[in-house]
Formats: sequence, C-alpha cells, structure tokens
Amino acid sequence: MFEGLSEKLERSFAILKGHGHITEINVAETMKEIRRALLDADVSYKIAKQFTDEVKEKALGQNVLTAVSPSQLIVKIVRDSMAELMGSQKEDINLKGKPTIILIAGLQGSGKTTFSAKLASYLKKKGKHPMMVACDIYRPAAIEQLKVLGEQVGVEVYTEEENKEPVRIAKRSVAYAKDKGYDVVIVDIAGRLAIDNEMMNEISAIKETVKPQETLFVVDSMTGQDAVNTAKTFNDRLDYEGVVLTKLDGDTRGGAALTIKAVVNKPIKFVSIGENMDAIDVFHPDRMSDRILGMGDIVSFVEKAQEQFDEKEAQKLQKRIAKNQFDFNDFLKQIKQIKKMGNVKDLAGMIPGMGKALKDTEIDDDAFKSIEAIIHSMTPFERENPDVMNGSRRKRIALGSGTDVPEVNRLIKQFSETSRMMRMMTSGGGRKMLQTMRNMKNMPNRMKH
Amino acid sequence: MGVLSIFSKEKKEKLDHGLEKTKQSVFSKISKAVVGKSKVDDEVLDNLEEVLVTSDVGVETTLKIIERIEGRVSRDKYLGTSELNQILKEEIANLLQENNALESTGFELPEMDEPYVIMVVGVNGVGKTTTIGKLAYQFKKAGKSVLLGASDTFRAAAVDQLKIWAERARVPFITQGMGADPASVAFDTLKSAISQKVDVVIIDTAGRLHNKVNLMNELGKIKRVMQKVIPDAPHEILLILDASTGQNAIEQAKQFTEVTDVNAIALAKLDGTAKGGVVLGISDQFKIPVKYIGIGEKIEDLQVFNRYEFVDSLFS
Ligand SMILES: Nc1nc2c(ncn2[C@@H]2O[C@H](COP(=O)(O)OP(=O)(O)OP(=O)(O)O)[C@@H](O)[C@H]2O)c(=O)[nH]1
Ligand SMILES: Nc1nc2c(ncn2[C@@H]2O[C@H](COP(=O)(O)OP(=O)(O)OP(=O)(O)O)[C@@H](O)[C@H]2O)c(=O)[nH]1
Ligand SMILES: [Mg+2]
Ligand SMILES: [Mg+2]
Repeated sequence: MFEGLSEKLERSFAILKGHGHITEINVAETMKEIRRALLDADVSYKIAKQFTDEVKEKALGQNVLTAVSPSQLIVKIVRDSMAELMGSQKEDINLKGKPTIILIAGLQGSGKTTFSAKLASYLKKKGKHPMMVACDIYRPAAIEQLKVLGEQVGVEVYTEEENKEPVRIAKRSVAYAKDKGYDVVIVDIAGRLAIDNEMMNEISAIKETVKPQETLFVVDSMTGQDAVNTAKTFNDRLDYEGVVLTKLDGDTRGGAALTIKAVVNKPIKFVSIGENMDAIDVFHPDRMSDRILGMGDIVSFVEKAQEQFDEKEAQKLQKRIAKNQFDFNDFLKQIKQIKKMGNVKDLAGMIPGMGKALKDTEIDDDAFKSIEAIIHSMTPFERENPDVMNGSRRKRIALGSGTDVPEVNRLIKQFSETSRMMRMMTSGGGRKMLQTMRNMKNMPNRMKH
Repeated sequence: MGVLSIFSKEKKEKLDHGLEKTKQSVFSKISKAVVGKSKVDDEVLDNLEEVLVTSDVGVETTLKIIERIEGRVSRDKYLGTSELNQILKEEIANLLQENNALESTGFELPEMDEPYVIMVVGVNGVGKTTTIGKLAYQFKKAGKSVLLGASDTFRAAAVDQLKIWAERARVPFITQGMGADPASVAFDTLKSAISQKVDVVIIDTAGRLHNKVNLMNELGKIKRVMQKVIPDAPHEILLILDASTGQNAIEQAKQFTEVTDVNAIALAKLDGTAKGGVVLGISDQFKIPVKYIGIGEKIEDLQVFNRYEFVDSLFS
C-alpha cells in the first residue's frame, strides 16, 4: 500500500527499456503507476489524471537514449511538474496590519486551536506581541482548551464566556487588542463543514467584521478525496490567504496538499508536525513533493536534527575530535543530543528506506538505556581514557551496568568505530556531525542482534 | 478511459480519452452496459472507478470490487437490469463485515455479569470524545447505567470536554485530572464500575498518531491494567475513523489493531461531503465490523451502521 512511487516506477520502467523514444504505448504503463501512486497518496482523482496527462505530454517524444535513462527522465519530469504545481517560493504571512488579524478556519478537528497557539508562540518568538481570541462557543471546553494552550505559550487569550455571538466577540477583541497594544490578533473559531450554510455564514460575517489580513485554512494532511470539495468551498466563501497542513508528523503521504494547491492555488504557509507547541514549521514544497511521491523526507530529517543540535557543543566536540580527545563523556553527550531530538524511530523513519527497516524493530528512547548504563558504570578515568579498557575493567563494567561482557565489548567497538569515523571528518560543523549521530542512532538496533 | 485503466486488462493505445461527465447514475449505466452481455463495458467500469476512488475506497479495493463484478457478469450472462443494481450493491456490501445483531437491534449490548467495557481509540481529532458522549446518551436511553473514564489526560482541556459530555448524557465519570496516568484512571474507573454495578464503561483515550511507538505502547498498557480488574476487559475496542480521512486510515486500522485488537469501528463526521469509502477495504482486510456512524456534533447524532445504506450513499 505504502510502497513508494520510486519502487513502483522501477517495475514499470522495465517496459521502457530497449526503446529509443518515449511513445504513447511504452509510456502507458508508467503513467498508470504514477497515477496509482498519486491516488494511493490521496491526490484527487481528477488532479491525478490532469497531472499524469501533463507528465505524459512532456515525456512523449523525448529521446531516452541520450544522457539519462528513461526512468531518470520520467522521475525528473514528475518531480519538476510537481514542484511547479506546489509552488517554489515560500510565502510568509502578512503582518502589516495594526494590529494584524489572523482568522483560523477549517473542518472539525483539523487542528485549528492547536495551530492558533503554535502560531502565537511562533510570532512571539519573532518579537511580535500576539493575542488570541476564543470564538468557538460550540465545542465543549473549546474556550478552556485555548486558555490552557495560551497559558502554555504565555499568550493572552481574550474570552467572553457568556457571549454566544462569535461575531461580536471577535469585534470586541480587536478593540481590546488595540487598547492593550497587541500587534497580532489570532481568532480561533469553531470547526465547521463546508456544506453547513449557517456556520459558513457566520464565518463570512466574522471575516467581514474584523477584516483579517490573513485567513488561514487549516486542513488535516490525512484528508482524502474530500479535500477538493472542502478547500474549494471554503475558498469560495472566504478567499483565504493561505493553507496550513496539520498532523504531518504522521505517515500519511499528504496528497491533499497537491490537490488543494491545484484546486485553489493558494500557498501553503505553515505545517503542523506534532501536538507540542513548538511543532510548527514553514512549508517546504520540495519536501512535500517527495513525500507525496514516496521518496522519503530526508531533508526534514537533517534539518530537524540540526535544529535540535547544539551548535556550540558541536564545535567543542569538533575540536576534541581533531585533537583525538573524543571520549566516553562525549559519547554520552551525543546520546543525550539524539534523545533530545525526540522519538528516535520517528526521526529515523524520515530517512528513505529506514522507515520500512525499522517497522518491526522496537526502538525507542529506552533503547539507549543499556548504553548509558554501561558508560555510567565506567570510572571517570575510564571515560576519559577509552584505551585502558582491559578484560577485568570490562567485566566490572558489565557487572555494574547489569549487562554482560559481550554487550560491553560491542559498545566499546562501536565507540572506537565512531571515534575513528569522526577523526576522518576533517572539518565542518553540525552537519557533518549528523552523520555520526545517524550512525549512533542505529546502535541500539545493532546491539540487539 | 479512466485513470485506473490498470483495471481493464486490455492494453489501450489511446490514453487521453477524457472522462465523460454523466448525469445517469452509475447503477443504471452499469445495467445498460452489461445486460445480455458477458463483459462489462470499459467505459462503465471507468465510471465505477471514478465513483469509488473519489469516495476514498482506494485503488486496491476498487480493483477488487470491479473484478468481482466482472466475474459475476461473465458467469451469469443474462442478467436483468434490476438484478444488476442489486448485485453491484451486494458485491460492495459483502466487503463490509457482518454486524447483524446491531443492524436490527440498535444500541444494545450483550447481557453480562460484569460491566461491558469499551475502550475508545484513534488518531488526533477524529471524534473520539464526541462519540463517547453520544454513545453514553444512547446506552443511557436504552436503560443501561453508564460510567465514563477520562483517560485522556494529555490534550488541553480534554477532561473538561468529557465532563461536559458526561453532564449532557447525564452519566457519571471518573477523573484524576490532567496529567494523571491514563492507565491508572482506567483502573479506577473499572474498580468503581464494579462496586457500583455499572452496565457499561467507556474509556476515553488521548488521540495519538499510529506511528508513534511510545504512545501506541501506552494503549497496550492501559488495556493490560484494565485486565487486572476485569480479565475480559476491554470487551470492545472501538477505533474511531474520520470519514474525511483518505488512505491513511488503512494504516491507522492496521497499527491500532496490532497494539490493541480493535474489534469495532465507528466512522465519524459522515454528515460532511466525505464518503468514508476507505472503511470498505479496512473492514474487509482486518475483519472488523463498522458499528456506528457519527452524523453531526449533537448528542443524538450517532447511528448504528447499516451496510446497504452506506453503499447507497457512495453512489448518491
Ligand atoms: N500529532 C499531531 N496532532 C495534532 C496536530 N495538530 C493538532 N493535533 C491534535 O489534533 C487534535 C485536534 O486539534 P484541535 O486543535 O483541537 O483541532 P480543532 O481544529 O481546533 O478542532 P475543533 O475546534 O473541534 O474543530 C488534538 O488532539 C490536537 O492535539 C499535529 O500537527 N500533529
Ligand atoms: N460534523 C461532525 N463533527 C464531529 C462529529 N464527531 C465529532 N465531531 C467534531 O470533531 C471535533 C473533534 O471531536 P473530538 O470528539 O474532540 O475528537 P477526539 O478524537 O476526541 O480528539 P482528540 O481527543 O483531540 O484526539 C469536534 O469539533 C467535534 O464536535 C461528527 O460526527 N460530525
Ligand atoms: Mg478548536
Ligand atoms: Mg478526545
């Protein structure tokens, strides 16, 4: 089911082999595979068809005997076409209002309230002075939810608990914000179905009243074929400025993103990648294309790791490695870094090919436990001088850490491999360090075997 | 010729024959094309493909349905029009697991000596807590005593939300507040259910994406802890799916089933334009019946699932 397009194409390319040109006949099978991959990824039926028609158009008549293989050529056409559709430049939100008003709209449960708080936190970190408004008077405890999140991110939430008129709450909140000197007002409203006229009228009324600079349409990245209807109806009613794609921390391919882009041609401005308040990111069209096509999200992985990676620590470490001083204390620190990056399996799953490999192996943060235990059982002298590890020391360490000698041996071997590799990397900062970290990440896995 | 021409086995040379928009229903088209023939017209199959795929049935299951229909048609050559509509519906409905008892008897549960324990699971925001409120209301209406357990101690204001639903349904609920250990809340809930001789217990859990190992393992733990109180609990593990979710729902079903042996599905948010067709494949592949559908945000907006009505709705 979740086989990537690249794998599928491998198979269909067999047909293209031996043909000098891409023709209607020999490309047919390949186009079917591409269509199917798109549909499996939840791209809308019609858009998938349009898309493959376009790709076919571009591919026909291309001479495949030159430079690249037919498979490379078609992959390139597919990726380019998708990148074109997804849009190439990042689009920021417009914060020029005084105050800037941002209205958050979408279906029920898509992640609006969570996103509102994340956005507030994000803008606050950028030096803005945001406020949130609780206009969802319908969902049980919706106001409370926003208040809790507001507290978490340290942003004031404007509420009128007894007021049952969202339009008036919104209107008054803006006056309040002006009075208090807030420069951004984020309005959280109830989820609603596109076909619910009464609720769609309400949202139009809110929009007309507060005149937001940005109306953002929040959509669950797991959405299927309905994305077409919903994105379009909301756009017809609201003419929103941008789209927010949520729950991308899951394993959905996210074809809805392509559908929405194709149908309403509005930029995707943010993505939401978790339940925590810092799980927000700007949209990277190229990564999304690869994700839909099933090519792995390696860039995201690298960047996420980098973000969590302490640059200063890295530089210190770099120096120690250069001087051949890398020891078990550094090793322990690296493990802490890796653990800080969150669920190891999630991260590793972003590397192409890894996801599948890891499916059946249970690794979580606990996987590092025995490694840590072993290092903790070393004396400070041993930690600083990895070369002194003789048999009796190893035995003692095994005993102290509740492991056994073979396991200690494995760790020491891993360690020396790692430090050798690190020495081999002559220069570079965090980015190179990642290589090593990635190697270490595999360790708990290997140690089990 | 449709996108999924992978379905028709014949090689086609001409590719960009656009999809004709048809005002005729798929049923009548299908009938016209197959009556008296031994093979279904490609154009009709393409039409059927479009209907099914745009209902989120997915390529694989759509393929399966089409094969079945082609098989039926080539076997029984002289089918009449009315029979055909029936066959199409039957073949699709057959993918859905039987849920006989429920189809006829509404919101009834097996008679038991101990509380009937339902644990509700699913990814974030699909409608778990709302469905629990609606179920509590229905069981209460059917004369059962109900107790809810607030094991979502994570999502902001999750306990407050369940509390409001408990009040609306006029049933009690057990909480240890936010941040408490969800398994411990479930344990407590079952303990008091036994001492109060409650008929039905429904445990709310935090939404979690199925690819998060730690969170998924937590569900297993909640389940095991409940079994310390009632060995057979939970009797029902109800997976909530959002009707607007696409093919990812298959992976959800798979992962949740692996960790908790899901044995019932509720399809929420069917009141929108999404058709929820992905449950066809899920019910078929994992042999899990769809029990309930959510059709709105009000307490009475829950219905017992009816296979035939569901199949009809795919074509309306
Ligand atoms: N894993 C994950 N969960 C998310 C993300 N965004 C939101 N959620 C969760 O999804 C659920 C619904 O989020 P809400 O913010 O309440 O959604 P909403 O759109 O405000 O819902 P309504 O107001 O009821 O329409 C909650 O459990 C959130 O924690 C995300 O990016 N990843
Ligand atoms: N239209 C419609 N909305 C629904 C239905 N069921 C639930 N909702 C709405 O969907 C949103 C999310 O519902 P919840 O019950 O909070 O979902 P949940 O799965 O408990 O969410 P988390 O606990 O955050 O994972 C709310 O706004 C509900 O009112 C339904 O059948 N139809
Ligand atoms: Mg909300
Ligand atoms: Mg809930």
